[in-house]
Amino acid sequence: MIPLLNDRDIEFQLYEALDTESLLTRPRYADHSREVFNATLNTAKSVAERYFANHAVKADTQEPTFDGESVHLIPETKAAWDAFVEAGFLAAHEDYDEGGAQLPEVIFRVIMSYTNAANIGTAAYPFVSVGVINLIRAFGTAEQKALYLPLIMQGNSNGTMALTEPAQGSALGDIKTMAEPADDGSYRLFGQKMYISCAEHNIAGNVVNMVLAKIKGSPDGVKGISLFIVPKYLVNADGSPGQRNDVVLAGLNHKMGYRNATNTVLNFGEKDGAVGYLIGEANKGLGYMFQMMNEARIGIGLGAAAIAYQGYNLSLDYARQRPQGRLASSKDPSSPQVMLTEHADVRRLLLAQKAYAEGSLFMGLFASALFEDQNTAEDPDQRKRAGLLLDLITPMVKSWPSKYGCIGNDHAIQILGGAGYMREYEAERLYRDQRLNPIHEGAEAIHGLDILGRKVTMKNGACHQVFLEEVQKDISAAQAIACLSDMAKQLETALSTLDNTTQSLIALMGEDVDLGLANATLYLDMYGRVLASWLWLKQALAADKGLSSTQQHNEQDQHFYQGKIHTARYYFDWELPAVNQYADILNSGNRVPFDMQDDWF
Amino acid sequence: MKILVAVKRVADYNVKVRAKSDQSGPDLTNVKMAINPFCEIAVEEAVRLKEKGVATEVIAVSIGPKVAQEQIRTALALGADRGILIETDVAMEPLAIAKCLKQICDKESPDMVLLGKQAIDGDNNQTGQMLGALTGYAQATFASEITFDGASASVIREVDGGLQTLELKLPAIVTTDLRLNEPRYASLPNIMKAKKKPIDVLTTEELGVDVTPRTKLLKAEPPAERKAGIKVEDVAQLVDKLKNEAKVIV
Ligand SMILES: Cc1cc2nc3c(=O)[nH]c(=O)nc-3n(C[C@H](O)[C@H](O)[C@H](O)COP(=O)(O)OP(=O)(O)OC[C@H]3O[C@@H](n4cnc5c(N)ncnc54)[C@H](O)[C@@H]3O)c2cc1C
Repeated sequence: MIPLLNDRDIEFQLYEALDTESLLTRPRYADHSREVFNATLNTAKSVAERYFANHAVKADTQEPTFDGESVHLIPETKAAWDAFVEAGFLAAHEDYDEGGAQLPEVIFRVIMSYTNAANIGTAAYPFVSVGVINLIRAFGTAEQKALYLPLIMQGNSNGTMALTEPAQGSALGDIKTMAEPADDGSYRLFGQKMYISCAEHNIAGNVVNMVLAKIKGSPDGVKGISLFIVPKYLVNADGSPGQRNDVVLAGLNHKMGYRNATNTVLNFGEKDGAVGYLIGEANKGLGYMFQMMNEARIGIGLGAAAIAYQGYNLSLDYARQRPQGRLASSKDPSSPQVMLTEHADVRRLLLAQKAYAEGSLFMGLFASALFEDQNTAEDPDQRKRAGLLLDLITPMVKSWPSKYGCIGNDHAIQILGGAGYMREYEAERLYRDQRLNPIHEGAEAIHGLDILGRKVTMKNGACHQVFLEEVQKDISAAQAIACLSDMAKQLETALSTLDNTTQSLIALMGEDVDLGLANATLYLDMYGRVLASWLWLKQALAADKGLSSTQQHNEQDQHFYQGKIHTARYYFDWELPAVNQYADILNSGNRVPFDMQDDWF
Repeated sequence: MKILVAVKRVADYNVKVRAKSDQSGPDLTNVKMAINPFCEIAVEEAVRLKEKGVATEVIAVSIGPKVAQEQIRTALALGADRGILIETDVAMEPLAIAKCLKQICDKESPDMVLLGKQAIDGDNNQTGQMLGALTGYAQATFASEITFDGASASVIREVDGGLQTLELKLPAIVTTDLRLNEPRYASLPNIMKAKKKPIDVLTTEELGVDVTPRTKLLKAEPPAERKAGIKVEDVAQLVDKLKNEAKVIV
């Protein structure tokens, strides 16, 4: 088994680079302590090792099957679900009076990171369920909450989110699933959903689907979408499964990776309509779903981080043990071969992996900490700023780890060489698992449109402004530190390049919105690089503080801190400068993809 | 029935412990600490006995620095009812630990004391036996199964070449082996509940135990690196090397 993540890094990210301990002064967390957090994460790690990592390979080779009647998963899947539930994790960050433990978001996300690292396919069941819990909590009626929350929180049902249809994925405004009002105030749904994760299984007694559909006669486009609860079995008052609902599995899709999470085609209303219960108000469904999707998007970024981390742990371990060749300076053919890590080019690959894996984890935890502040910070101004910043960075928090996670996992294969291409090693599986992340929860291009078309101009540019200010604070802090002042300068230049590019693209969008948005994915990458650099600078600042503190360190700690600073340096020297090339393309309003014509292909 | 479980704070088994550069001992600065795995098995067994209705109270005891409270909390989160910390900053040897535990036995009169067969820091495998001698309780080490019948316990021990079953009168001391059980993890609700369970803190002075170390650590060094192997020509050469170089056969 590949070791899961890195405990020292998690401790560093939570308590040195972020100030998780300061949450303890907030009334909501008065009962908690760092000791409780540590004990919780220890449990998360044991659950992940024992119940998730144990079948990661098996679940990949024995994917879920459908015999026409029911879906079969390897039995380890249910054991993992049960262990997650029994550990109290499904309800971990809900309120005490709902049966939760009021754990801070950032700690909860580390719990998920362990299970994601161990087995992303199986981890999908709790992952989506937590999103559904949050959604029902935020927008459900008192009765809906009373009926469905305990059901999911106690593990008797999982949750799913059903947005996509065979004909519409990115463009949800065009969905076709219809909801007809019934006499009893509920609705009957007719239509088909595609690629829905976890909607059939044999791990819990019911499935609570959150379904987007259009009520007959509602407006066209996104303003006519409503959200419904459509359980597989109607739920009796005591929570037990009742009558079978008219939502049926049309078939399973067969995936590249992430295999243990069933991927379903669902038919609604093959007979007289699937019973659905409206959540909140009619026609506001997409807005509700988006709230859950923002959390889910941070979650996807963290999932990508975990897979990248496992690839890094694997290739690092391999490179340290595989003797191959000698340095060019060694003239003696009888001298022992050196380990792969002795070759600078292998170290380059490992550095990139480390920059992506640890950088992605930190990006996700940083976003989770903002989510926390947005909801529980005591100072209203801090809440507001956290909210603005989080809104802005969410597209990158989802996309940067997804994109660079894939490259990191690709590097892992490269470092293993021939072994990397073989199914006997886990590098290729990790790559296949990872490849989903730039596609679901909004494909990469959709996040490009989100950041450029919406986020940077939203609220008169307030979000982008907060970003500029917050980055500037760390630049100033780094300027005062000898070993970081170069990086401060590099980031300052990149930040102003980003800002200039932003203004020129806003102007271009004003003239021709299609042309202005044509290169949005490149802009997303540019913003992602600046964000990643800022967060690496934050880690470097914390590492420098660690190195220079008077507290005693063992040698491993010193190496750890130096590794952080050196990885930041790698990212700044090798990957941040791409923003200059991007700026050239973007500022000139480059038209090459825009002008390309279908007939010319 | 009251069960006393001893839990020791040691470096987490995942940590690769290194010697300090001045050779004065293992370098434990900022190293992740945990319950000794054998102690965890002891806690698990005690909690299972409580769940079966055999035990009525489980007390977790640790002897060590103030931070050893963390390991007691872990035991409480796993299901122990209350904790006792005997706080000391002295590097405790098995004899000193056994003497402290003896004092706690006198105060608490447990029916059974469960300990790990050894702790992964010193690997001494002595504390349980010494406590047996000090208290005069019946003793069974290396347990892989414990069952109860009224006032006696039957313990299956793992010994060289097989299993041995002992019948013990209570109160008794049992030290745990790896196969006794698979410890559970502490669930989040139980971690939260553990915060509210009481831990008494005592000192070695209060217990009147002389904990002065009887042995002196001269130096700590990493084990010699393994040398690369060689290929032998034939069986005769192998036997010769085993006899004369490795000196593992005569
Ligand atoms: C394994 C897996 C699990 C999934 N789980 C779920 C789930 O649980 N629930 C659910 O509802 N959905 C789920 N999905 C669906 C997923 O969210 C969609 O696949 C995704 O939104 C893309 O939609 P699509 O497949 O229809 O692709 P399309 O929308 O057809 O997009 C194809 C390509 O065109 C690009 N594109 C589309 N529109 C634009 C545009 N306006 N500008 C520029 N480029 C554009 C996209 O970026 C993409 O690269 C899952 C998908 C997979 C593969």
